Amino acid sequence: MRLVTAIIKPFKLEDVKEALESYGITGITLSEATGFGRQRGHSEVYRGAEYKVDFVPKLRLEVVVEDQDADGVVDVIVKSAQTGRIGDGKVWTTAVDDMVRVRTGERGASAL
Amino acid sequence: MVLDETWIPQIVDMRSASLAAASPNAGDTAWVLLCAALVLLMTPGLALFYGGMVRSKSVLNMMMMSFIGMGTVSVSWILWGYSETFGPDLGDGLLGDPFTHFGLHGVMRAVYGPVGKGIPAPAFVAFQVVFAIIAVALVSGAIADRAKFATWTGFTVLWATLVYFPAAHWVFALSGYAARAGGWIVNDLHVVDFAGGTVIEINAGAAGLALALVLGKRVGFGKEPMRPHNLTLVMIGAGLLWFGWFGFNAGSALSAGTLAAGVWINTLAAGAAGMLGWLAVERTRDGRLTSLGAVSGLVAGLVAITPSCSVLSPVGSVLLAAVAGAVCAWAVGLKHRFGFDDSLDVVGVHLVGGLIGTLGIGLLATPGGPAGATGPTGLFYGGGLDQLGRQALGAGAVLIFSFVMTYAIGLALQKTVGFRVTEDDERAGIDQIEHAETGYDLGHLFSSGRTNPTHHGRLTDREGAGL
Repeated sequence: MRLVTAIIKPFKLEDVKEALESYGITGITLSEATGFGRQRGHSEVYRGAEYKVDFVPKLRLEVVVEDQDADGVVDVIVKSAQTGRIGDGKVWTTAVDDMVRVRTGERGASAL
Repeated sequence: MVLDETWIPQIVDMRSASLAAASPNAGDTAWVLLCAALVLLMTPGLALFYGGMVRSKSVLNMMMMSFIGMGTVSVSWILWGYSETFGPDLGDGLLGDPFTHFGLHGVMRAVYGPVGKGIPAPAFVAFQVVFAIIAVALVSGAIADRAKFATWTGFTVLWATLVYFPAAHWVFALSGYAARAGGWIVNDLHVVDFAGGTVIEINAGAAGLALALVLGKRVGFGKEPMRPHNLTLVMIGAGLLWFGWFGFNAGSALSAGTLAAGVWINTLAAGAAGMLGWLAVERTRDGRLTSLGAVSGLVAGLVAITPSCSVLSPVGSVLLAAVAGAVCAWAVGLKHRFGFDDSLDVVGVHLVGGLIGTLGIGLLATPGGPAGATGPTGLFYGGGLDQLGRQALGAGAVLIFSFVMTYAIGLALQKTVGFRVTEDDERAGIDQIEHAETGYDLGHLFSSGRTNPTHHGRLTDREGAGL
């Protein structure tokens, strides 16, 4: 199994979710993320004092898939999250040793 | 059973040698009581205004610093504060006798004011206490995020008693109103301060500066971001402040009539022009029109019109407030240049705005103002420098008195019971440390934890700190 992690622009979430559902993915985990890459933040000004905010709000999307699906899922995310402008995000995969479904105790791929 | 007003016999309080009118005027009484309620609302308004400007971990403490004054100052006022401010002068216009009307003794059935236009003394007592409350609350903005709350609570009583009540006696105790002899600034120096530019604004500003110096800078000041956590609260607070300010200024007429109505218009003009003045500076300097700038300018304009609303024309009010908005937009940057942490700009807005308004009377006062020919004439209207000199003396006296006294009170508290929380506590957040509460319960993680509903013991330091 592989964990696919994607950092995407928040407004692309629905596009990515629909594309993953069409691909057959049954669940995703989402969290709000903040950071910077080549895209940087912005400046704010309060009573004349400037505040530089270097971090940009993003969403972190995680999905665990079987090994043979990993490349396909990465492609689906990249295609659906892409705007072509700076700050579109990153997608990476990592190996997952084991998985357990908490409700039933099933292990491995059947817990997906 | 409510007695018919005309049936109530005239009560003349001989101890205060009050020049009481035959009976209170119903319209004037209604107006002053309503205005007192309006001005009381300014303190929760200020709590929102200040509360939104601090970081989210300090919002409750900031709001409580205002609210506690409604408790401590009200009780102090009833017991000795009113008497100390408006009781018989002890000599040279410096202080009223705090014992004559202790517990409002001999006040509740008295009537103040000229015949036919009098108001019940309790209405006057009510209108004046809400000024004392907000003056104390204003000071708190200078020491956001870092004051021990118990010490602050004690400070509100000490400051009201040793600084505000005497200064209010100097400026507000008009001879022959509540007592035969009043304070020196209004009666001997003939300073015009209609609603408290000196005793509220300059006083609170100078006190804020003194406390900011005693307590020192917040941890990370000038490096870490300390931006306002909720500007929507700030804007609601500013709206309530403006609403209450109509009571503050127009109510200071102590009667419902031409003077109050004219003052109302000048108060509108000042809030409006102050906002535009500040925004003009921002547009030029920062390239943006900010919401915080709009409401800060609004407040700066209102601060400036507070002493001057009775003697300026509407156009003069616009001019004065626009200047105040613009100058204060610049003045709030001084703390960064000189390195003192006046956290929410009590100095930059209230001290500077108060000085502009108080001195502006010497320039812009005109018989065309709401007070008509009873007021002085300023330099720009051919009145010469006389009034400007008087205004400067009055403003300077209150400024120096307030700064020195507040510094001494602050230092004494710091050296004895301690005024400032520890660095660890400041980092953890003063809401948690001083109040054992959280302003906002947002997000899944924040709602986690365990509760012990039957725990009735005092929190230990360790529990409070959560370290």
